[in-house]
Amino acid sequence: MTKSYEEIPLTPISDSPSTMNMTGLWRAFRPVVDISRCKKCTLCWKFCPDGAITLVDGVPVIDLKYCKGCGICAQECSAECIVMVPEGAE
Amino acid sequence: MTKTTIPEEEFTYPGSTGCPGCGANLVMRYLLKGLGDRTVLSIPACCWAVMPGYWPSNCLKVPILYTAFEATGAGISGLRAAYDAKGVKDVTVVGFAGDGGTVDIGLQALSGAAERQTDAIYVMYDNEAYMNTGIQRSGATPWGAWTTTTPGGATKNYKHEPKKDIMAIMQAHGIPYAATVSVAHPEDFVKKAQKAKSLKGLRFIHALSPCPPGWRMSPQLTVEVARLAVDTHLFPLYEIDDGRLRITRKGKGTPVKEYLKIQGRFSHLDESQVDSIQKTVDERWAKLLKRESEGA
Amino acid sequence: MRMVMTGNYASAYGAKASRAEVIAAYPITPQTSIVEKLADFVSSGEMNAKYIPVESEHSAMAACIAAETAGARTYTATSSHGLTLMHEVLMWASAARLPIVMTNVSRAMAPPWSVWVDHMDSVAQRDTGWMQFFCESNQEVLDTIIMAYKVCESRGVMLPAMIIEDAFILSHTSEPVDVPDQEIVDSFLPPYNPELKIEPGKAMGFGSLVRPDQYMEFRYKAMQAMRDAHDRFLRVEKEFKQVFGREYGGLLDTYRCDDAEVVLVAAGSTAATAKDVVDAMREKGQPVGLARLRAFRPFPHEEFRALASKVSGMGVLDRSYTFGAAGAFYTEIKASVYSCQKRPVMKNYIAGLGGRDITPKILEKIFEDIQLTAKRGGGDEVEWVDVAGLPRRWR
Repeated sequence: MTKSYEEIPLTPISDSPSTMNMTGLWRAFRPVVDISRCKKCTLCWKFCPDGAITLVDGVPVIDLKYCKGCGICAQECSAECIVMVPEGAE
Repeated sequence: MTKTTIPEEEFTYPGSTGCPGCGANLVMRYLLKGLGDRTVLSIPACCWAVMPGYWPSNCLKVPILYTAFEATGAGISGLRAAYDAKGVKDVTVVGFAGDGGTVDIGLQALSGAAERQTDAIYVMYDNEAYMNTGIQRSGATPWGAWTTTTPGGATKNYKHEPKKDIMAIMQAHGIPYAATVSVAHPEDFVKKAQKAKSLKGLRFIHALSPCPPGWRMSPQLTVEVARLAVDTHLFPLYEIDDGRLRITRKGKGTPVKEYLKIQGRFSHLDESQVDSIQKTVDERWAKLLKRESEGA
Repeated sequence: MRMVMTGNYASAYGAKASRAEVIAAYPITPQTSIVEKLADFVSSGEMNAKYIPVESEHSAMAACIAAETAGARTYTATSSHGLTLMHEVLMWASAARLPIVMTNVSRAMAPPWSVWVDHMDSVAQRDTGWMQFFCESNQEVLDTIIMAYKVCESRGVMLPAMIIEDAFILSHTSEPVDVPDQEIVDSFLPPYNPELKIEPGKAMGFGSLVRPDQYMEFRYKAMQAMRDAHDRFLRVEKEFKQVFGREYGGLLDTYRCDDAEVVLVAAGSTAATAKDVVDAMREKGQPVGLARLRAFRPFPHEEFRALASKVSGMGVLDRSYTFGAAGAFYTEIKASVYSCQKRPVMKNYIAGLGGRDITPKILEKIFEDIQLTAKRGGGDEVEWVDVAGLPRRWR
């Protein structure tokens, strides 16, 4: 929504977290984690370019609102427990 | 709590508008893990001028001063002077620029900042071409690479010139610290960022930043290709601390063709060209080992 | 304290009196003695500022932009090729709404190489969003720097300004100058304290990307600020007069224009010469006047319209030119007065490029030419003055 010139600062100063950008909508492939095989190596978390993975007790939780589906987590997973599946597929 | 090998605290938010698999996202993420929240960034025109998102979005938990393309060296000098004048302490001033903004259009300002011994860290994230504008060659594009301005064609006009050696250029300025880092080795990366932070003067960090669209490869290979760059000795990890060179990761000595073959930008190279790259890499690696052993 | 000093020293004393906190500058003839003097002030401890010896004018302005964004009052000085090298970042400074103050020692552009005065460099920066103040004396240079900081840093303005000295004629000529007491300047000009500045711990991105659906609103705001700077400047000058006892006639300094039949518009040091010519011609019974363009931006539209309604002829002297058109002052003034009910016959004189002297004799001939043109009701609109090979030499 375009803001009136009266509502904006003098110059564009960005002060809001980028979590407003639903970059998960870009995704063509979705990471699916088989938690039962996870070795808690944390590599998926470490190499996620978007910081879209958080660790809960060492196990990844992928935030699909932001995951762009690059597949680095699946590529780097030491237990090979992440697979990329086409969006829309089960 | 699982123990992580790099600091768990994040200084980036999800929702950056970088491409899927962007190496430059990882560079920023690791850098800030090493530097912490008292960091002020000066960012010129480059992918990272766009990646924080449209106003009012910022994917970083630290402030950013956007500047003109060639102005990073001047920007960090201005910020540091203002904080000194105002008595603002405990602030890490960082210039964060791409390869074109560093080795080409921004080289003069960077050289000036280094000569003036500006108290700041300068990070070049090197995706080896003008990627934000759509993959045009830069002075940091390696020999033999395809880009949209070295498109090959009937005359085989690929990049004919070797990559500019920015580490040597920076070392020639007599700066206190220079290091290469890789997104495949975050622990080494964070450690070097922390070390740079602890020093004074102009510190320089050269980060290889794989670019899936520009390097013509699939996005899941970003970390793998960065790892191969180190393992093949094509992009060795080292630091020059007060003039002394130390290699921080020796790499396996994997043949360079393993690195080249997963990138479409090198797919046109024939065997003899690959051999010639291998020869250059071997020579440079031998020189680096020699420099390390001589303590220079 | 009364001292004898050049225009360049007046600039340096102006920056010192204004307590600039960061100076980033690169030397260029004939600006050098400004930065030398400032380096002396900083080195001796007389001035509490950080001096960044940058490697180019582009970096000088870029460093000022960064420092000003971090909340420091900044100053720089340049000339000619230095100013035009800055062009990109001049635009940046104004759109980032940074109240940077700079002296430009106005000098011709090469080729041919010339280190002497004309206004091509300054006029070419018309659209950068900077205020431009042309000065006719060294005292005015010093005073205008102090006033400029106050205008620029006003909440409703927040735009940069350049103070323009004519190369050598002001920059290297000594005149008596009153250097005001620091406490009085401090009472007039409070420390710079912007609402928002870049500082550690505050995750703000300054100057980020906006979509086409939001860009124009930012530009509109800047345009409003430049418009509002007009009245703000007049108020600041009034206050300046109360404190320091000096004033310079607002944005358009009119001299013996009230009952004038024809007037000449000129900027910078030429205007001072022209005032003497007006006096001499008045003694001979010629009803002529001089309107000194002090501010090219903010542009004194209303002042020109008021003046135009009163006179039958208006000459405009441009010490610069626009290829394929007339001088920039002329085209703007003419556009400004076009919708006046009663408007004068107008003529543009291009003179004094590359340091060519604009002598009292030439100015007198220009006045006579305006009178003649007004009587005729028009004629050639643009005339180059004192060019060898042209039918009329003016000398």
